[in-house]
Amino acid sequence: MFAFLVKRVIQAIIVMLVISVIAFSIQDNLGDPLRELVGQSVSEAERQKLRDKLGLNDPFLVQYWRFLKKALHGDLGTSYFFKRPAAEVILDKLPATLELVFGATIIIVVFSVPTGVFTAIYPMHWLSRFAMGVSIVGISIPVFLTAIMLIYVFAVQLGWLPSFGRGDTVLVYGWSTGFLTKDGLVHLILPCIALSSIILPLFIRLIRAEMLEVLESEYVKFAWAKGLSRRRIWFLHALKNTLLPVITVGGVQIGTLIAYTILTETVFQWPGMGFLFLEAVNRVDTPLIIAYLIVVGLIFVITNTVVDLIYGLVNPTVKLARPHGGGE
Amino acid sequence: MPLLEVKNLEVKFAMRRGDLTALRDVSFSIDKGERLGIVGESGAGKSVTAYSILNLISKPGYISGGQILFQGKDLSKLSPEEMRAIRGDGISMIFQDPMMTLNPVLTIGTQMVEVLHAHREMSDQQARAIAIEKLVQVHIPSAATRFEQYPHELSGGMRQRIVIATALLTDPLLIIADEPTTALDVTIQAEIIELLLELCESSDVGLILITHDLGVVSQVTQRVLVMYAGRIVEEGLTHGIIRNPRHPYTQGLIGALPQQTVPGGRLNQIRGVMPSLANTPSGCAFHPRCPHVTDICESVVPEYSIFDRSRVACHWVKDQLGDVSEQKINETPAP
Repeated sequence: MFAFLVKRVIQAIIVMLVISVIAFSIQDNLGDPLRELVGQSVSEAERQKLRDKLGLNDPFLVQYWRFLKKALHGDLGTSYFFKRPAAEVILDKLPATLELVFGATIIIVVFSVPTGVFTAIYPMHWLSRFAMGVSIVGISIPVFLTAIMLIYVFAVQLGWLPSFGRGDTVLVYGWSTGFLTKDGLVHLILPCIALSSIILPLFIRLIRAEMLEVLESEYVKFAWAKGLSRRRIWFLHALKNTLLPVITVGGVQIGTLIAYTILTETVFQWPGMGFLFLEAVNRVDTPLIIAYLIVVGLIFVITNTVVDLIYGLVNPTVKLARPHGGGE
Repeated sequence: MPLLEVKNLEVKFAMRRGDLTALRDVSFSIDKGERLGIVGESGAGKSVTAYSILNLISKPGYISGGQILFQGKDLSKLSPEEMRAIRGDGISMIFQDPMMTLNPVLTIGTQMVEVLHAHREMSDQQARAIAIEKLVQVHIPSAATRFEQYPHELSGGMRQRIVIATALLTDPLLIIADEPTTALDVTIQAEIIELLLELCESSDVGLILITHDLGVVSQVTQRVLVMYAGRIVEEGLTHGIIRNPRHPYTQGLIGALPQQTVPGGRLNQIRGVMPSLANTPSGCAFHPRCPHVTDICESVVPEYSIFDRSRVACHWVKDQLGDVSEQKINETPAP
């Protein structure tokens, strides 16, 4: 277990280094940072002096090394617009985005597993055909369009749910959460549905395909021949094997979900990182853009590492521990 | 009353362009403690016969006629729950590939104990004790350790022993073994065959052994059915059929064994291939491949010619019998 953990952490560090190089090299390609820092009236000589002082004339690797050293101390530069540390600005918005992703993940897990299993067990049932049809539609429609349609129907026409913002939030150990207030929960519904609208059908189809394959396997046939109950065959023998590949794909998809938050947050005016990122791009707030990329990269790497560890725990053929006296 | 009696079993596969018949007029029986072999090429209907006994034919297959009487009860008429109660209790199955038969994510112990819980009221400790006893019975070394392990930690031969131990858990009356040695190395095959024989001889369990390996059939079984294109073409005592096959198809099968060939010579083979379900030939289904084909074979399905303890469905055999009626065909007695 420990060796596996060390190996995965080393891999994660390498991935983070690559992300940081890419993120940092964007800096030189988004225009002159000085334009954002100083006004029109500053002379070229003064600008040059400022560039030297800020180290902008140093070779790329020197600059990158300086950036990395600071980054390791949690300093990702100062946002030009907010005049505050970029990491702090990002982290302020982190709870909003993570709660959005968390809500969407709950929707995905709660609906995809039963639907996927049902459609695999009863492929010809009209409910299965209906679910498959709807899932194709769900995959085909872009998130922002789904979001706008949801707002139109449930906020504008029916007036049941709010169309923008997070609503009331409460602070729990420095984390502002909307999950604990009624208003916060109500505000979460539409954005979470919109965010899950592409990944949910994908998961239903994935679980269905895997389950169909597992149901045809020899060990499921053997389980039938052993006279086990249907419930035990479906939900233990088949489902456990079905979920192994789903867990792996799931880890990657949570990362994708974070990417989709940019669209969802924009449509719903959700005060999260994605919304902030789009604003930062508009304002060429380079440190903030870099900080966003690093933080999202970090979330991605952490979730994938955790998913790999969970996979290792669920799948006995992955040797997390030292093998104990095997037969082969 | 025989332990299992299959009468005029017919199995069909529902297809868009009409049903395909996989088994027609399959009748046979097996007594308590008897060992019966079913042989034939791939596609002959051996496995379909085995699966239909436990009503486990995968869709779109279904039993369209006949009876399957197990201890007098017609299995084809049982409710799903009544059928479940018989699977793994009265009748157990052993599958072909032990690498695929055990669930990779559950321990050996879980996969054994669940059978006992499905059929008997007992505590985990009792179930565990029985499972370990059966593992010892199939000669698994350090059974208590194996009980806790996952399938991937064990070799193929070991896994097949575990599958056999699982089939024995409830002390069934009948075991159906579907090509239990085909996926194994030759040396392991011999061990498994020996184990099966040992287990059958030490108890009253009946065995239906499905295989295409005539060597295995002659070692294990007392009686054998030869199937071709969904029909039994010959039935008789194993030694009689191996020594004196009557049906041209059985003769072809035995002639194709490498032992029947001069060293260095070409291997014998039956020309042609087994027809698919969709275009089973008219008359005797074997006629396009038969060396003794006559006009009648192409149009009339042959009746069984009944001998003392065997039967053959073949026009040629029947004609020969007429020609040499005074010459009594040897019925090889059981050893």
